[in-house]
Amino acid sequence: ADIISTVEFNYSGDLLATGDKGGRVVIFQREQESKSRPHSRGEYNVYSTFQSHEPEFDYLKSLEIEEKINKIRWLPQQNAAHFLLSTNDKTIKLWKISERDKRAEGYNLKDEDGRLRDPFRITALRVPILKPMDLMVEASPRRIFANAHTYHINSISVNSDHETYLSADDLRINLWHLEITDRSFNIVDIKPANMEELTEVITAAGFHPHQCNVFVYSSSKGTIRLCDMRSSALCDRHSKFFEEPEDPSSRSFFSEIISSISDVNFSHSGRYMMTRDYLSVKVWDLNMENRPVETYQVHEYLRSKLCSLYENDCIFDKFECCWNGSDSAIMTGSYNNFFRMFDRNTRRDITLEASRENSKPRAVLKPRKVCTGGKRKKDEISVDSLDFNKKILHTAWHPVENVIAVAATNNLYIFQDKIN
Amino acid sequence: MFGRGLKRKCFDNEEEADGPPAGVRAVAPYDLQRQSLLDMSLVKLQLCHMLVEPNLCRSVLIANTVRQIQEEMTQDGAWRMVAPQGAGLAPLDRLVSTDILCRSAQEQEHGKPGPEDSTFPKGFKEDQAPDLTCDAPAVTAAQAPEHPPSSVWDLDSSRENRGSFQKSLDQIFETLESKNPSSVEDLFSDVDSSYYDLDTVLTGMMGSSRAGPCDTLEGFTPLAPAPPGPGCKADLGELDHIVEILVET
Repeated sequence: ADIISTVEFNYSGDLLATGDKGGRVVIFQREQESKSRPHSRGEYNVYSTFQSHEPEFDYLKSLEIEEKINKIRWLPQQNAAHFLLSTNDKTIKLWKISERDKRAEGYNLKDEDGRLRDPFRITALRVPILKPMDLMVEASPRRIFANAHTYHINSISVNSDHETYLSADDLRINLWHLEITDRSFNIVDIKPANMEELTEVITAAGFHPHQCNVFVYSSSKGTIRLCDMRSSALCDRHSKFFEEPEDPSSRSFFSEIISSISDVNFSHSGRYMMTRDYLSVKVWDLNMENRPVETYQVHEYLRSKLCSLYENDCIFDKFECCWNGSDSAIMTGSYNNFFRMFDRNTRRDITLEASRENSKPRAVLKPRKVCTGGKRKKDEISVDSLDFNKKILHTAWHPVENVIAVAATNNLYIFQDKIN
Repeated sequence: MFGRGLKRKCFDNEEEADGPPAGVRAVAPYDLQRQSLLDMSLVKLQLCHMLVEPNLCRSVLIANTVRQIQEEMTQDGAWRMVAPQGAGLAPLDRLVSTDILCRSAQEQEHGKPGPEDSTFPKGFKEDQAPDLTCDAPAVTAAQAPEHPPSSVWDLDSSRENRGSFQKSLDQIFETLESKNPSSVEDLFSDVDSSYYDLDTVLTGMMGSSRAGPCDTLEGFTPLAPAPPGPGCKADLGELDHIVEILVET
């Protein structure tokens, strides 16, 4: 299994898609509840696997284009088939996933093996009939949106109008129509005329869940800009600008790097948005630009290790974050296969571990704690023992229920509330 | 703590018995740390050039960090304004002034402490954890960018410097080899030794044309000093003498 690079539930939560570094997409489907097998309620099993992207070579630049899937976004379901967008660094593809459980039999011109029948031997005509067959799930690429990004695509986001979507790379954001592949509109362009003046890049972008004219994008300097597409065709001028003033007492050479936002997500309600920087998760009220309304420390104990984390490049890790269905809780990943969940109402938080060695299937997860100094209690783990190669960058929360998917390198873990 | 990689050295001040006298060590650390961070950042920028296009966000962040360090270094005033550690965070809250000119003279007096003497000052908010290390190449070794390169270079062509250059070069090679074996051969190919500053590195990585492996390290004998490039690109001017960044645009 390859390293998982993205995880996403569909709108109903029945399907869970993962993309990996090898360009493959694996879709899991939730089993229906059945009285005969009560324990398999809500289990996710593989539904479909297909190769979404292949490695390419850019001959002009003599550089490889990785096939790694950066993001998957589902489209709302409109018929029996499922549609999703998957993207690598350069190309976005619309995939149709459909089921086939019937087969036509009784063709006139070919027999059951598929061999052509000798026309002279056909003496009677018959009407083919549909017969049931074993379920087959087919994935086919329906649209390929290519050649619109000079830089690496980091985000895609489906608009609430269900007709358009945006794709964002380091310097530009493009607006597409799902039906049209040979054209896209550039709506944000922060490329300086002189590249030597480049100091800031786009790190993530997303459409508002209800207002189809509103989107946000975050930057490597820790700022978020909200744009309204009604104001102008090119949204280089933001409508709102969100930035928290820097705390001068904690300034260091790493301040900018750790302020870089790795993920931005609107709440389901559309009233808030959440950003993830290296050490914290912040919840912003869209009506207040000068500071977040809530800040959650993910792993503050790493603040004193920033130099080492800079040296081994971990400081550039891009963690994602997600809301639960009711926006009452948020989740994000950390190192050592730890992930953190914060309850916004009770202000309680918990650290859990996604690891086969440390928990049995169906056992309740034990909360973890990192010892930050002084005497290490039993069951605590000290900061220096954390495994920085085991990072949980991608997590997803079921849109309705308390089911979460956690990608730990090349393993996918699915957790749910204990069933009483 | 950090898995695989080069063997880490301890950053602990107390373990060094053969460093410079304690008085100097107490005063020097911030500048050395800052220099180490700058060196490490410059190496990171060079090692960006792999088979796949480098991560632009990472490059921009590193470049901004380099600029910050350079700005602070050029704004530094008197060398001795770096307060002893007992003064706490005060000197680090504002831009500490260190006169590069004086510093290089200072280092010539006291010899050049190697990276193992360094500990990060409180301004970096670092614990002196045993695993903490910066194996930054000592190649750029706090050379005065504003100095006419000839004088600085001549003063520093000591055996000790060459030794540390070799060590740093080995480290770079080791890292490069593990990532991209073919780039090692390119390191020895004939290259254009024109002056490249930080901005050109960044521009080059935007890469209109091919961006093959870009590191070129040309020997360790003191080169004829190249004319200083436009503006004060601080240690990159020095870097030019020792480590040449090849960027094909």
